[in-house]
Amino acid sequence: MPQVMDASRIERTLARIAHEILERNRELSDVALVGIRTRGVVIAERIAAVLHQAGGVTMPVGSLDITLYRDDYMRHPVGPQPVVRSTDIPFSVEGRRILLVDDVLYTGRTIRAALDAIIDYGRPKSIQLVVLVDRGHRELPIKADYVGKNLPTSHEQSVQVRLTEIDGRDEVMLEEGA
Amino acid sequence: MSAPAPVTALRGRHLLGISDLATDEITLILDTAHAMREVGERAIKKVPALRGRTIVNLFFEPSTRTRTSFEIAEKRLSADTLSLAVSTSSVVKGETLLDTVSNIEAMAPDMLVVRHASSGACHQLARHCRARIVNAGDGLHEHPTQALLDAYTMRQHKGSLEGLQVAIVGDLLHSRVLRSNLLLLRKMGATVRVAAPRPLVPVGIEALGAVACRTIEEALDGADVVMMLRIQLERMQNNFFPSLREYFTLFGLTPARMALARPDAIVMHPGPMNRGVEIASEVADGPRAVILEQVANGVAVRMAVLYLLGGGTEE
Repeated sequence: MPQVMDASRIERTLARIAHEILERNRELSDVALVGIRTRGVVIAERIAAVLHQAGGVTMPVGSLDITLYRDDYMRHPVGPQPVVRSTDIPFSVEGRRILLVDDVLYTGRTIRAALDAIIDYGRPKSIQLVVLVDRGHRELPIKADYVGKNLPTSHEQSVQVRLTEIDGRDEVMLEEGA
Repeated sequence: MSAPAPVTALRGRHLLGISDLATDEITLILDTAHAMREVGERAIKKVPALRGRTIVNLFFEPSTRTRTSFEIAEKRLSADTLSLAVSTSSVVKGETLLDTVSNIEAMAPDMLVVRHASSGACHQLARHCRARIVNAGDGLHEHPTQALLDAYTMRQHKGSLEGLQVAIVGDLLHSRVLRSNLLLLRKMGATVRVAAPRPLVPVGIEALGAVACRTIEEALDGADVVMMLRIQLERMQNNFFPSLREYFTLFGLTPARMALARPDAIVMHPGPMNRGVEIASEVADGPRAVILEQVANGVAVRMAVLYLLGGGTEE
């Protein structure tokens, strides 16, 4: 099972994304990061840290739990439900430009749920999507604005993003099907 | 990849009582309720989790608080809801409980929230119904969502239930709130002291793990949480005590008695309150009362229960 990104690669990738954000958004005062729980939040916080160092901007970071917006809640058999965690968006999304952050972009269904969730908080001026890995196989018309790495995969494979804050180390693994 | 998984589902199809719940299920409900609280603080207080689900609230006994709380919880989760009050249903025309519910079941609701004056009514329905049953209070037996919201409120103020000293004073005999709270608090490692006039102390209360006290002073001494129960005059056919005034004199929660509890103790009441009977207004409206927080938390806890029971498809 190959490692497709190591710690330094992840660090350089996030730095690059932060600089792309700086280039594409001249005025940053109305921009905020919203990470999708759990690893999207960590990535959003790291991008915010790079922006702070590089541009001296302090960008607010929110965390979004999309469990209550999933479209498969009633589709699987009775049994374990996804655990609902708190959403914490400490700013108004109204009129803001939102950078939505997730670790892996796959079918696009998580992003669909996240878009619905954010819009329930108000009407943002725009929403852009940031992902560390795009592994393809979209089932919905969704595209990322900032991509760390395009990774061709098959449906049988799984992409595991590990981040120090949660998993004790930084790496992206491409694993063969279970 | 996945860490040792904490429990993410309730093991039963129904919520009939605290007695069926394991400690990890109680913790799951309280943790889920914490996430649900945030939904109530948004501009748009609604999430699509139970969209397309039909929930019927069947209240065979009067209730304002519990029914309203369930209705708001259901609407915040986007369920389709219908509330049936007994006075407007065919129960008054002599239909039995099972017939009433069979007719409602024929219209394929996904969940029934039931309050009934008979202990065990919800268990009986659970044996016959396809829909999932949530007990909203059955007779003198259990009122699980009340105990869960009380536990949530205690956890919010005290951090943990483990080791808490909880005093419960009032009409112990007629109280399903007492039974559910006692079961829950004992499971979670709290100590429960109860006090009431002798005729209002149920036989065998110690077997459920309570410490029975003769006086309210004894129960309150050093308590972290003081929970007052309503004197349920509508359930009292006999004279259990000479007068309401005497009850208040001997067992009412006054500021002077409150001084016996810990300085940071909170005062709880499941409502509706009889001011000047079980609790003095100075205490009920005082800074240590969390009675309205209990009501607010009730919505979040009921959302959690409905969410945890309401997902998935039947095989």
